[in-house]
Amino acid sequence: MNMIEVNGLTKRYGNVLALSAVSFSVAEGELFGLIGPDGAGKTTLFRLLATLLNADEGTATVNGFDVVKDYKSIRNCVGYMPGKFSLYPDLSVKENVDFFAALFGVTLEENYDLIAPIYKQIEPFKDRRAGKLSGGMKQKLALCCALIHKPKVLFLDEPTTGVDAVSRSEFWDMLSNLKQKGITMLVSTPYMDEASRCDRIALCNEGKILCIDAPANLTKNFDTPLYALAADDMFALLNAVRSIPNMGDVYPFGEFHHLFSHSELDCGKVSDELSKKGCNNLTIKKIEPTIEDVFIKLMNNE
Amino acid sequence: MNGFASFVKKETLHIFRDFRTMMIVLLIPIVLMVLFGFAISTEVNNVDVAVVAPNRGDEVSKAVSRLQHNPYFTFKGFINADEIDHTLRSGNAMAVAVFDNDFNKKSALAKDAKAKPTVQIVLDAADVNTASSSAIYLQSVLTENAMSKQTLFNTHLLYNPQLKSAYNFVPGIMGLIFILICAMMTSVSIVREKESGTMEVLLVSPVKPIHIIFAKMIPYFLMSSFNLLTILLLAKYLLDIPMIGGISGIVIISLLYLILSLSFGLLISTLADKQFTALLISAVVMMVPIMMFSGMLFPIENLPLVLRPVSAIVPARWYIDAVRKMMIEGLPLMAVANDFLILLGMTVVLLGVSLKKFNDKLE
Repeated sequence: MNMIEVNGLTKRYGNVLALSAVSFSVAEGELFGLIGPDGAGKTTLFRLLATLLNADEGTATVNGFDVVKDYKSIRNCVGYMPGKFSLYPDLSVKENVDFFAALFGVTLEENYDLIAPIYKQIEPFKDRRAGKLSGGMKQKLALCCALIHKPKVLFLDEPTTGVDAVSRSEFWDMLSNLKQKGITMLVSTPYMDEASRCDRIALCNEGKILCIDAPANLTKNFDTPLYALAADDMFALLNAVRSIPNMGDVYPFGEFHHLFSHSELDCGKVSDELSKKGCNNLTIKKIEPTIEDVFIKLMNNE
Repeated sequence: MNGFASFVKKETLHIFRDFRTMMIVLLIPIVLMVLFGFAISTEVNNVDVAVVAPNRGDEVSKAVSRLQHNPYFTFKGFINADEIDHTLRSGNAMAVAVFDNDFNKKSALAKDAKAKPTVQIVLDAADVNTASSSAIYLQSVLTENAMSKQTLFNTHLLYNPQLKSAYNFVPGIMGLIFILICAMMTSVSIVREKESGTMEVLLVSPVKPIHIIFAKMIPYFLMSSFNLLTILLLAKYLLDIPMIGGISGIVIISLLYLILSLSFGLLISTLADKQFTALLISAVVMMVPIMMFSGMLFPIENLPLVLRPVSAIVPARWYIDAVRKMMIEGLPLMAVANDFLILLGMTVVLLGVSLKKFNDKLE
């Protein structure tokens, strides 16, 4: 049985189309990622699935319950961590955990096993006000609170936004652990590099899902030859490449420009040609695509 | 129920953690009572009076002794006529009573005699309100004897013979304070959860929305009840308001008014999505009408005709009216049944509408 089933969900805010006929499904025990920039409709999708909003069109089920008809049943069996830090900053760590436990009619002791690996990390600060925790600690506390009632499905809306790189990596380790315990997870993130930590990902942009697959398959099936280019004057290089006809699309990508070429290139020839156009210290090499490359290519095809 | 109890505990913690706000809420009634009871008063109190009396006969002595024994005036001694200006300017006295040269003689004459005893009162009218009311009072004190002889008029002030302004203000303060604390604080506390996103987490839990609401109301209800207690104690022991009608009626109608205010706060919280908006709505929609239309500051009869119906929908008007009747006139609760029923009706409507409007979704 699929834990989450989404069929043609559409949501409008006035004239703005936030989600446009989105469909996908998440199997039980799967760690499913929604990857996309701000404004892709990720938060809206979470709110629809968490039964906080009603869709304009389409249907969805979570754990077999319809999000509109059986929303009360869904609220019993899901854990939800909204994008913003959503705990009480004036309550201590322990008070927050206890409150959310009582909210679901459980106690910290009952379900201690599940959250122990995470809770142990914040336990030394259990009397500290939640508002005084670091970003990473806050996320851990929020995760504890979302997990306290042993939910079947966990919705995590951008849990790693605003958290340092080390804490982000730790956070994903925790999610992998939870997956071992059979919890189905839907996680969104704007960070493409986190995509590889998911079983499957959906790349989304402007309310649409561009494609759904395992991250490895997405890069494996990328059939466009991809090159990384660098020179002293990166801006001139960008213009130079763009001035050569039939080269393909080129985009700034960190310290390199990525060239989505139409065909296999003879690197030496291209290098000569660019040098003639005044690009000094030129580097050009064929590279393996990342999720971000896949995303950019899909976005251009739209 | 465990969830509900922990919810109430959480709300109470929020209040206690915000120590400054809590102290303000608990101290506001006391400060207002003391301010309106003593400092901001339009009544005559501690007026220094000097007397100019060229001939100090029996009648003058009687008048001066009445002045000396009156608790609202302080007799500052006799001065000469040419010292009047200096005395007032220097602030040694606020009023000077100037007796007629023939005051004694004329007072002794028959009441239909043409020559009447006269007293001139010279006042420092820098403070117009105090000056005008002390002029009237001073006049009546000085000419008590002469007046009774001539029987010009005899005004009898019921319920508040000393015209104490506190009597008038206390019910008004109660009407304002409870709306302020209950409605403003509840609405802000609910909207805060919306703003910080915690409402999303609360909604995606098995807890019933009605429990969320009542859990929010209970601590504020208790806090306001505490305020009610301090106000009543201050009214009785500090401001000496007699409350001969008994206190139970006042407490009952006040508790009803508390529930009404809480429902009001809830309604605001369903309309606002920012704490600031909630505050603004509370201030504009509640504070101003209460001050203007409830009879707290100005009598409703003074309102322009078109605005008078507006006052009918301001709950504070009925509450203040009822409390005034019970507190000052000493009427029992039955006598204000009209006010009580109107408040009850308003509570039912407000609570009904806001519970219906309170959404367990985000839109």
